[in-house]
Amino acid sequence: MKKYTENELEQELKTKEYEYGFYTDIEADKFPPGLSEEVVRAISAKKNEPQWMTDWRVEAFRIWKKMTEPEWANVHYEKPKFNEISYFSAPVSKPKLNSLDEVDPELLKTFAKLGISIDEQKKLSNVAMDIVIDSVSVATTFKKTLEEHGILFMPISEAIQKHPDLVKKYIGSVVPKTDNFYAALNSAVFSDGSFCYIPKGVRCPVELSTYFRINEGGTGQFERTLLIADEGAYVSYLEGCTAPQRDENQLHAAVVEIIVHDRAEIKYSTVQNWFPGDAEGKGGVYNFVTKRAIAYNDAKISWTQVETGSAVTWKYPSCILKGNNAIGEFYSIAVTNHFQQADTGTKMIHLGNNTKSTIISKGVSAGHSQNSYRGLVRVSKNAKNARNFSQCDSLLMGNECGAHTFPYIESKNASAQIEHEATTSKIGEDQLFYCNQRGIDTEKAVSLIVNGFSKEVLNKLPMEFAVEAQKLLEISLEGSVG
Amino acid sequence: MLHINNLHAAINGKEILKGINLDVKAGEVHAIMGPNGSGKTTLSSVIAGREDYEVTEGEIKLNNDDLLELAPEERAHKGVFMSFQYPVAIPGVTVTNFIKTAINAKRKAEGKDDMPANEMLKKIREKSELLELDKSFLSRSLNDGFSGGEKKRNEIFQMAMLEPKLAILDETDSGLDIDALRIVANGVNKLKNKDNAVIVITHYQRLLDYIVPDFVHVLWNGKIIKSGGKELAMELEEKGYDWLK
Repeated sequence: MKKYTENELEQELKTKEYEYGFYTDIEADKFPPGLSEEVVRAISAKKNEPQWMTDWRVEAFRIWKKMTEPEWANVHYEKPKFNEISYFSAPVSKPKLNSLDEVDPELLKTFAKLGISIDEQKKLSNVAMDIVIDSVSVATTFKKTLEEHGILFMPISEAIQKHPDLVKKYIGSVVPKTDNFYAALNSAVFSDGSFCYIPKGVRCPVELSTYFRINEGGTGQFERTLLIADEGAYVSYLEGCTAPQRDENQLHAAVVEIIVHDRAEIKYSTVQNWFPGDAEGKGGVYNFVTKRAIAYNDAKISWTQVETGSAVTWKYPSCILKGNNAIGEFYSIAVTNHFQQADTGTKMIHLGNNTKSTIISKGVSAGHSQNSYRGLVRVSKNAKNARNFSQCDSLLMGNECGAHTFPYIESKNASAQIEHEATTSKIGEDQLFYCNQRGIDTEKAVSLIVNGFSKEVLNKLPMEFAVEAQKLLEISLEGSVG
Repeated sequence: MLHINNLHAAINGKEILKGINLDVKAGEVHAIMGPNGSGKTTLSSVIAGREDYEVTEGEIKLNNDDLLELAPEERAHKGVFMSFQYPVAIPGVTVTNFIKTAINAKRKAEGKDDMPANEMLKKIREKSELLELDKSFLSRSLNDGFSGGEKKRNEIFQMAMLEPKLAILDETDSGLDIDALRIVANGVNKLKNKDNAVIVITHYQRLLDYIVPDFVHVLWNGKIIKSGGKELAMELEEKGYDWLK
């Protein structure tokens, strides 16, 4: 007789394989491992960057060299050996690509395995994609539509060449080079990333989407994203990440900077599925990311993230609510399994009057994983009538995982209203049996329960992403049952 | 339809069922009555396949299938339904989504495609009317903050949707006021036909005024010590259980 106890369920969760663990055999133009000022200059030279950009990188490198890795997060890992990482890897490909036919067929196969046929995406989902493989953008679609609206959407390397004034004005303005260890490292060696500028009063007619993907073994990936919505503009931006299976740990240290001018709005959605390591905790991506937005008067920034991947995650998409009536939102689902560790959350910095922030965080822990929510709500002295609502819910599967909540609240203005709610629950045998009795097997039942638990956040995702996100939740928790 | 032979079952090494024999034919309604701790819930749980219980001896057959060989969800696919005494909540999963998932899981096991949306909608409308459930109820999270009556109506609603061969109603009357009891009983009666069977497990005779059994069995200390017609329930109501000892 086939029975499921909670222990058996746990056992089965452990045998879950990483579905996207394949390796694309694309010839890569790769730097030898190691980091020095020469390497930083070489990266800049390789990309034909102007002098100011080279100088900026070199300055960042000098700052980084004096910094030490942060240790305060609730994660434990072997520190990356920065001299064993190759800091530049670009697929060897034809230099100019005007259509998909010109894209390396191996690459297209990779996307097919991921279930993201570019063509389909183009036709069906009305999504313009800037695809980044190993740090260099390969295909940019929908460019025409965007051009008609005056929207700039391109690899940041291209923006440095074509719109140096904009890049120079905004890069490092939200996340300065000195911000933290990984932000400084990224500033020195960032390989590529996306740049987007929405002009005044323009509502971007399509969802902008970028798929990031680490490909070469042993390649660190340092993405740099810069998003600017000028006054009264609107854009919804989607970022998805998957990485192929690797034995050695891979470092991913991205920086995302967002500027939301008066009355503008940006929705930024992420699905992150970097390789989480195997059932023994071997391998997996280190995901140390700095994401921050600044919102001016009557502006709104909304972060939504679904985090199922990475061996170690260290990520706090933040909102600086600088203008009056600015709104910041953070919706997050973080799923950890096996030996994954996630320390993630947000910072809401209330500087303007009548600023509002909402934090909804859902953590699901299984296996031996550790899942921490860390969030800061800060109301400055001059911010009158600031409002915050935070809700942190944790769902546990089994007895060997952990859920932790570290809420920090600093209010220096008496008119602030701050609410915090937290719950912890466990998927019970009672729930599973109830589902089984109605004909729903344990695998599907877990998926149903987790999806229900995450619903408030899943509902915030754009339709195209919601389906993929649900699929990822299933993959990361229950693909092996049965 | 259901054939239980010399069933012994234990939990944590303690024997609860000590040799149950029961035959239920299609079209019949059986009531199982007995005091607290007599093994009523154990019996329904063992039929449904709850893993906490260990079957040490005996057999349970549904038509030609050996239920003890099947996982709980496979038993459900074969047509076993249990209305829970304490239905659990699943936050964030709507009544509609849950029943849709259950129906399609069964169809998948039978090699059928998902039920078409319009058919599903029609069926949900029809069955929710039967249980006097309004539309807003269908979009609420399953059993999350439901009153006792709502939970039981929802159980019978699911039964109506799944159309089981064998329905076991475990203390379905507990926590129900008289109106809810009437609605639930009415639902069950309308679902009853010559091809299915119902086992009503209850403390009290009250529910049996509405769902009239063909047979009444008294469970005592893990055994059926007396069986009879519906008049046995009346007798129990009057005299209690002690006279049967």
